[in-house]
Amino acid sequence: PVTPTLDCGSSVHSSLVGVDTRLSSECVALGLQRLSSDIRNTVGNIPMEWYKDFPHIGYNLDGKKIYKPIRNKDELDDFLDKMENPEYWRTVHDKQTGSDVVLSDDQVELVNRLQRGQFGDVNFNECEPMVEFFSSDVMIHPVTNRPADKRSFIPSLTEKEKVSKLVHAIKMGWIKPRRVEDDGRGRYYNLWASEDSSILARHKMHLPAPKIPLPGHHESYNPPPEYLFTDEERALWEQQDPADRKLPFVPRKYSSLRQVPAFSQFIHERFERCLDLYLCPRQRKMRVNVNPEDLIPQLPKPKDLQPFPTTRSLVYRGHSGLVRSISVSPSGQWLASGSDDGSVRFWEVCSSRCMKTVQVGGAVKSVAWNPNPSVCLLAVALDSVVLILSPSLADKQVILSSERLLSAQQEGEEPAEGNGSVVWSEAEGEELNQGLRLKIQHPKAVHQVVWHAKGDYLASVMPDNTSHLQVYIHQLSRRRSQNPFSRNKGLVQCISFHPIRPYFFVATQRSIRIYNLVKQEMTKKLQTNSKWISSMAVHPGGDHVICGSYDCKLSWFDLDLSTKPYKMLRHHKKAVRGVAYHRLYPLFASASDDGSVIVCHGTVYNDLLQNPLIVPVKVLRGHVMTHDLGVLDVTFHPTQPWVFSSGADATICLFT
Amino acid sequence: MGGLQKKKFERGSATNYITRNRARKKLQLSLPDFRRLCILKGIYPHEPKHKKKVNKGSTAPRTFYLLKDIRFLLHEPIVGKFREYKIFVRKLKKAYGKTEWSAVERLRENKPTYKLDHIIKERYPTFIDALRDIDDALCMCFLFSTFARTGKCHVQTIQLCRRLTVEWMNYVIASRSLRKVFLSIKGIYYQAEVMGQLITWVVPYQFSHDHPVDVDYRVMATFTELYTTLLGFVSFRLYSSLNLVYPPKLDSNGESEPKEESEDDYAMNSESYLEKLSALSASLARVVSSADEEEAQLDQFPSEGEDMEKMEAREKELKQQEAQKKLFEGLKFYLNREVPRESLAFVIRCFGGQVSWDKSVCIGSTYDVTDETITHQIIDRPSVGKQYINRYYIQPQWLYDCVNAKILLPVEDYFLGVTLPPHLSPFVEEKEGDYVPPEKLKMMALQRGEKPGNEQEEDEEEEEEEGEQEEEQEEDDNGDEEDDEEEVAEEKNLKKMEEQRSQGKSLHVKVTPGKLKVENKARLEQEEKAEEKRLAIMMMKKKEKYLYDKIMFGKKRKVREANKLAAKRKAHDDSEKAKKKKARK
Repeated sequence: PVTPTLDCGSSVHSSLVGVDTRLSSECVALGLQRLSSDIRNTVGNIPMEWYKDFPHIGYNLDGKKIYKPIRNKDELDDFLDKMENPEYWRTVHDKQTGSDVVLSDDQVELVNRLQRGQFGDVNFNECEPMVEFFSSDVMIHPVTNRPADKRSFIPSLTEKEKVSKLVHAIKMGWIKPRRVEDDGRGRYYNLWASEDSSILARHKMHLPAPKIPLPGHHESYNPPPEYLFTDEERALWEQQDPADRKLPFVPRKYSSLRQVPAFSQFIHERFERCLDLYLCPRQRKMRVNVNPEDLIPQLPKPKDLQPFPTTRSLVYRGHSGLVRSISVSPSGQWLASGSDDGSVRFWEVCSSRCMKTVQVGGAVKSVAWNPNPSVCLLAVALDSVVLILSPSLADKQVILSSERLLSAQQEGEEPAEGNGSVVWSEAEGEELNQGLRLKIQHPKAVHQVVWHAKGDYLASVMPDNTSHLQVYIHQLSRRRSQNPFSRNKGLVQCISFHPIRPYFFVATQRSIRIYNLVKQEMTKKLQTNSKWISSMAVHPGGDHVICGSYDCKLSWFDLDLSTKPYKMLRHHKKAVRGVAYHRLYPLFASASDDGSVIVCHGTVYNDLLQNPLIVPVKVLRGHVMTHDLGVLDVTFHPTQPWVFSSGADATICLFT
Repeated sequence: MGGLQKKKFERGSATNYITRNRARKKLQLSLPDFRRLCILKGIYPHEPKHKKKVNKGSTAPRTFYLLKDIRFLLHEPIVGKFREYKIFVRKLKKAYGKTEWSAVERLRENKPTYKLDHIIKERYPTFIDALRDIDDALCMCFLFSTFARTGKCHVQTIQLCRRLTVEWMNYVIASRSLRKVFLSIKGIYYQAEVMGQLITWVVPYQFSHDHPVDVDYRVMATFTELYTTLLGFVSFRLYSSLNLVYPPKLDSNGESEPKEESEDDYAMNSESYLEKLSALSASLARVVSSADEEEAQLDQFPSEGEDMEKMEAREKELKQQEAQKKLFEGLKFYLNREVPRESLAFVIRCFGGQVSWDKSVCIGSTYDVTDETITHQIIDRPSVGKQYINRYYIQPQWLYDCVNAKILLPVEDYFLGVTLPPHLSPFVEEKEGDYVPPEKLKMMALQRGEKPGNEQEEDEEEEEEEGEQEEEQEEDDNGDEEDDEEEVAEEKNLKKMEEQRSQGKSLHVKVTPGKLKVENKARLEQEEKAEEKRLAIMMMKKKEKYLYDKIMFGKKRKVREANKLAAKRKAHDDSEKAKKKKARK
């Protein structure tokens, strides 16, 4: 047997959707069941078509057939019923019983409610509050009925282990308990409340960092126009290496403050400063604040040291080549000059007139006037010949005596033939008329010729690095020549006789050797500290030597003091070509390739303890630079404080 | 005989120095830690006199530290803290690796920290020492306070820097110790005189930084750590010296109290305090409220001779300074929104002026644009809509120039839309022979109290001066050659005469009356002296000559540079004049 309630309920729910004006039969059946349960059909929920052909439609509870109503309603009945019966709309047909049922008001109401989708029970509250029975808070029903473990009732061993480990770690100081948060940072107090100086001791070595240099006008956002870069300066700035730049930025001008942009290098600069602070070694630099005026030595005024030549008063013109050498006659009246144009000229000093010209046929390297005032002879060095000229520029007595000196030998014996390399020969014919008297033929080119103070001996230099035959000493009266050295000690640059004593000075490339001619030995060797000696002059007193060199230096030697220079003068800008002492006045001069003659005052004291006083007094300029050569030779007037200079511009100047 | 053989490099300078690597090993620190330590303790390398000796015969480039310095570092407690930190990092890494989050938390809470107080005290034993070295600290803090609060460094550091800089600015305002301001292309330079020390710092313009990649921010952060500590202690001391409350509090009974109502618009409660402080518009609270600061009258000590003069000069200077302190007193400024507010407010308040700005610009404005008592409105735009008659509309440069000139400059040159006069650096002090820009001369004339009416004349004078300078320069250069020139001329004459003689053969002989050669005595004397000097220079020793040449070279270069600037200026002025003339036509 099927439970009727369940069955009916299901049928009602299933058919609710199809109902419109007429109520469905199922609903009516439900009502009928309620009203008359005794005539219930017991066939169950089967399609009623199955009983279509039978007179009955089922069975009642007692097993008796339920018969179909006798009269079947047709369409017309139905229509009439619809028209006439006011209960028609609430009448439903019960398929199971085959009878029509009129629904009560309650039933209609119920059907309406169900149609609206509402609960059938009027009193049912669908929004009742939820009664919790299983959530995170309320659990009325156990999830599982498993009884609790034992371990949930006794203390955990692993936990105990862990705790004991922690306790042990805390005890041992391995784990620190949580620190109490103390905000000591950012809290300030009077740190320098007690200023003790004990810490100061360490700071003796400490150097505070230098401050950043303060900005100049260049850095202004609106600098004066002159501080801005021109195009060239800017190009230069961009080309330069950042380390070489004078300014690390380009000055810019903005017409107003709001246009100034951020400086892109700002962080960089701060960072650089940081690096400087901890990476740069610091050093205390003592900046010597020297007044440059204090560095200049206090010298006596040149005015107080007069007389000395100051102005160029005469120019001797006539040569066409550079004038290599000049010499003044001992009387001071005549000047002889030898030039590269192959002539020797004789000038009158006071009038600058050329008295005589002797063509010698070769570039003249050196001329030297015989220092003996009683004779009038000139030695001329050219190529490999030394000529002795008698210019006949003196009174008859002197000319006669010089002729006598030259001819003295002829009357005596023939010249010794010991050294065949030097040949003495007399001038003849035309040459004799020109004043040429003797020719001394040397084996090599002669560079310089000098006279001994007495005027009888003369020495000549043939610079040659490879041989000991570099210097010859000739005796005029006996027409003898002699090579004093048997060894080569270096390239001989120039030579000189001692003015009083029998000493002989030989300047090689870097040193000066002094030989004693009587003892025939070297007495001294002076170290000049220069690269290449060009010229040398001996003080008339004989105790001092000056020597010029091609490396622009002029060195003064005090022979009594030392073999090192007493003073080095570097006042020439180019090679020094010639040096000279004055015979009477305390003056010396040096000529240089820079076109200047510098006259210095050089007092020598008799007192050995007092050092010579050297003061430059005048820079004389008068020669024009030609072929990078300036002044080639310089010599003093024997009696006046005058100086002659010969230059590469083919002139000779007299400064008085 | 002879004893033991002496070994090399076991005595003398070799033992006084230690290379960086060895020092690091000795301290058992990593290179970054060693660097931090050196920065914090102020240890710097030393350059030995004989590098090869110290380097044990090698010439390899090495950094040397004094052994004493390193020994001194050995006892530093911070070294221990560094090690602790190293261990902390290791533990933390391990905990992370094992995903033991409780351990991580515990470790983090126990992160080792250190204090730098004792280092500050040790490095700067006296307060003045600290003040002397505060330039860099200020520059750095001002830079960090402008950083964005993201990325490059800790936000706390930035906030602390900001706080300290605001405190510093407030102190400078309260003590009125600002002396010079300079707007450069890099930033704004300020110079204050605090307790007799001149302190200069530079503040970048208010823009966001594009952070360079080749800068090590760790180094900067270490420096900042030290500097914030230093600056904090210095600020404390400075505030207490003025009887001000530290940390600074705004004076509650001040007249110019900022309006309260709009506070919430700007900042959270926690920040509003600092914001209000940094507005710089209100004065600070004092520990002992004193109505008027009594001016301490300096005792005058009678003295004689030069001291008197010095005293007078000093007194004059003091007076000038006092006047400068009250430069803007009685003036009321209003800042437009486009001008740099903080800088201007700072400068104005430092010299006693009153300042305000638009409410929407910043907290702490005290009055509105509509206030009729405003005397100057600072503005930096080409034109303005509504203008009030009773106030000057001027560009911000006027303020800075006034501060540097120590007087109120005429406002005409700084009006709205006027081409500004050049802004000169107040830090340049021209010595004799240096180039002085004409604007500076003008300013000096104004300072002396001369009227700017005869501008034209001044310009001419300047030009003359410059001309003279140049002439002198030329003389110096050509002194040697002049003689030559004369001689050359003489020679020419001679040549001519000779030619005449040879050609004319006494036909054209003519005697012209001689001219009296006028000799300038002074000039002759000068020449003589110059010659004497030249001759004396010839006699100088090599060493002295070298030094002399060097000095003279430096001097000449200076003169040359000055001349170059003057020439450039002249060319510029000329072109300007030409332009003006053209425009007039």
